Amino acid sequence: MSIDSVQGAPLRRRGRWGPMLLRRAGQILALALMVGTLSFAMARSLPGDMATRIAAGRYGYDLVSQAAADQVRDELALDRAWPLALLDWWRQTASLDLGVSLVSGEPVWHELSSHLGATLTLTGAALGMGLMVGLPLGVMSARRPGGLLDRLLTAATLLVRSTPPFLIAVLLMMAMAVHLGMLPVAGAHQRGGWLLPSLTLALPLAAGIARVTAQALRSAMAMPSHQFARTKGLSDRQALLRHAARHAGLPLLAYVGVQAVVLAEGAVVVESLFAWPGIGHALVHAVFGRDVPMIQGAALCMGVLFIVFNLCVDSLQLMLDPRRTDGEAR
Amino acid sequence: MPANPAVTSASDAGRATADAHRDADALRDADALPSSATVGVSRISRRQWIGASLSSTAAALAALASLTTFGGARTARAHTPPSVRAERHEGASGRLDPGVLELAGPWEIGGLSPAQSGHFYLRLQVAETLLDAAPDASPRPGLASAWSVSDDGLTWRFDLRPGARFHDGSAVTADAALISLRAAQIAPSLLSQAPIASIEAAGARTVVIQLARPFAALSSLLAHASTVVLAPSSFEADGRTVRRVLGSGPYRISDLQPPQRLETVWHDGHDGPRPAITAVRYLSVGRAETRALMAAAGQADLVFTLDPASVARLRRSPGRSRLMSVMLPRVMMLKLNAGHPWLRDRRVRQALSLSIDRTGIAQAILREPALAATELFPPTAPAWHMATRDPLHRDLALARQLLSDAGWRRHEGRWLDAAGQPVSLTVRTFPDRPELPIVATALQAQWRELGIPVRVAVGNSGDIPLGHRDGSLQLGLLARNYATAPDPTPTLAADFSPQGADWGAMGWHDPRAGDALAALSRGGLSDEHAAQARRQAMAVIQTEMPVIPVAWYRLHVAVSARVEGVQLDPFERNYRIDQMRWARSSPTL
Repeated sequence: MSIDSVQGAPLRRRGRWGPMLLRRAGQILALALMVGTLSFAMARSLPGDMATRIAAGRYGYDLVSQAAADQVRDELALDRAWPLALLDWWRQTASLDLGVSLVSGEPVWHELSSHLGATLTLTGAALGMGLMVGLPLGVMSARRPGGLLDRLLTAATLLVRSTPPFLIAVLLMMAMAVHLGMLPVAGAHQRGGWLLPSLTLALPLAAGIARVTAQALRSAMAMPSHQFARTKGLSDRQALLRHAARHAGLPLLAYVGVQAVVLAEGAVVVESLFAWPGIGHALVHAVFGRDVPMIQGAALCMGVLFIVFNLCVDSLQLMLDPRRTDGEAR
Repeated sequence: MPANPAVTSASDAGRATADAHRDADALRDADALPSSATVGVSRISRRQWIGASLSSTAAALAALASLTTFGGARTARAHTPPSVRAERHEGASGRLDPGVLELAGPWEIGGLSPAQSGHFYLRLQVAETLLDAAPDASPRPGLASAWSVSDDGLTWRFDLRPGARFHDGSAVTADAALISLRAAQIAPSLLSQAPIASIEAAGARTVVIQLARPFAALSSLLAHASTVVLAPSSFEADGRTVRRVLGSGPYRISDLQPPQRLETVWHDGHDGPRPAITAVRYLSVGRAETRALMAAAGQADLVFTLDPASVARLRRSPGRSRLMSVMLPRVMMLKLNAGHPWLRDRRVRQALSLSIDRTGIAQAILREPALAATELFPPTAPAWHMATRDPLHRDLALARQLLSDAGWRRHEGRWLDAAGQPVSLTVRTFPDRPELPIVATALQAQWRELGIPVRVAVGNSGDIPLGHRDGSLQLGLLARNYATAPDPTPTLAADFSPQGADWGAMGWHDPRAGDALAALSRGGLSDEHAAQARRQAMAVIQTEMPVIPVAWYRLHVAVSARVEGVQLDPFERNYRIDQMRWARSSPTL
């Protein structure tokens, strides 16, 4: 790293935000088009009669008869040719209208907004817990490579990361709720009901964060700049906080960015299991009931969440790292 | 090997995609099966145990940390009135709200209309139907305190209970009831099946229903959840769309969060006595494992529909709850296309039935041998259970004999039909009830013993009606609820009518059964004649086999030590919460 590049950075940095924001906005548009079209195509190509399936979603399949299915088909114009239906959906989406749920008859946007809040609470809490547990563990293990904590952490990470969220959730329920009776098994309305689901998501996250932090810190501390900081008289702690932490922050940020996918994917399982009224839960139900507008809305929401999350990560990286140039930030 | 997502995914717990898939499978698991999670927990390995102890230690640490940081962020008690909050009783744990009866079940609140969610309003006693049903399915007064039928069976008069008031304070009048009843005439509500000429008000408190032809089952349809009477202010101007739910029952809705949560409190304007339980919360919990753990942890007072594996575990260690169960008029059965060249012959249908090991299926999959069906209706429906001297059973030798009699012959271990074509069948089923695909594979193995190769096609619940309509269905495995209305007559009459029905007979008609059911539907038979007609219809179905019964269903409910006086309703109409009371000396939870 030369002194030139560090000094030249502030000049170029101002020009770096615009393209990045534009790129992300473009991504959101492309995503909306893709997700909408894909989920539309998938829902249409699923086997079985769509009208019967929707009627079953509405009235329970005991009440479903030919008459009910026909009524649903007429009401929703399901026998309309698919290109027309698709065009209609594109037009609606362009005017920011996600349509009306085929099952409940409520506007999709209205349903999603409450689900979105629940999912954000869950992922936010999971991320917070993951960082709270993972960061200190990672720092501690980086300071003694090969020590007891480091080895324990490696083993624990392996265990937690290789256990599916489903099993973690059931084990947590049994341990915390059934045996200790400390927390409710399920239910968003219960006091502390958010703890077990967010813990289920947070445990693998914390394990990963701890490992990545340890590794990143170790390589940061092996850098000549860190050696120089120590040589010029900074204490271990000072050198860590002032120099190594910033270096280590970059791979950690990138890792957390990637974990957004895992959180979204895990939320589908965890929300269903904990009866948590979030987007993942809504998506599973929508698929089950062939509720095309809800599938499109929920998938779109998850996609946009992912992009927005990455946008935050990119922005943080830009702020943390003055070295990068426009070309490299891609 | 047939494609069977439910089974393959159950063997693969390691992948989140499989988990998500299973979630979808089990969302409607009213009677779920052991899934990989419960199996995994009961046979815990050392690696899992280490994982468990590590994760619970970390969990405990994190939980303590966050409890102090965030506190109890979410509460839903704002809706509980002061009178309820004051009603603390001994032994209530800190987790369960004292004075609030907590219910957990698999059913989701899909919408506000009675056709979608009427069963919630009825079960939680928020709304009432004109008529109620006695345990033997005979009609008894509901919102109508008295009713009469003209001699020709065409004019029905219902007198509404004088003291009845809606939750908005307005009186329940005939004019108000008309709005709900007319909305309930729109398909798919069952009332659309009745030959109704007109519904009118005669005076302030009398509703008159005029029929085009006699239809005795009207009393049963008027007890169905889709016909609950809501206040006029519940509907939008179109008279159909429900915007809020104002019934006339002892409980009014205080908070409704579809699809998951519904809370009610006692309505002090109700004309009945004050019940012991004055606040209720229903939570929809889709996963059977979660419900079972809620029961084990004592975190719900009534947990509905437990899966067989959880029932077995709760029986071994009941923990903080006790188990109650009741047999339901729901039957797992095979629907056969009797119009299909191979299945047209009664002897072939009988041979298929004779090769089914029902006790084995009930024992291994449902974990209760008594659920093996000996006929269409279980003993808990005495009017329809014939206690026949010729119960369904397994007899492979007789089955082979019947196939030979039908002109089939064996060739190299499999059957050729009379024309010399090798026989192979396809059974369609769906995973809404997770046990169905598994039972289908058991049937596949049992028919292989007979020498008939069968393919199992697991799709969705629309596939069977679709196959019925386009004629492509051969066999369909399904679970049929005959008590959607208390009296199964209208359902049976439709299912075994000449044109058949989506979930009933296909390409089959027998006037002996059809006429008997039609006569029962019309009504006006003496008790003795009605019993004879039922016997005749059931006997024909038992021998002709338009459908092959496989197993019956049982509703399992875990009840906490906090409540007493719980009665289970085989029709799943009414939880009778107003009859329950708090246990006087409930143990510390």
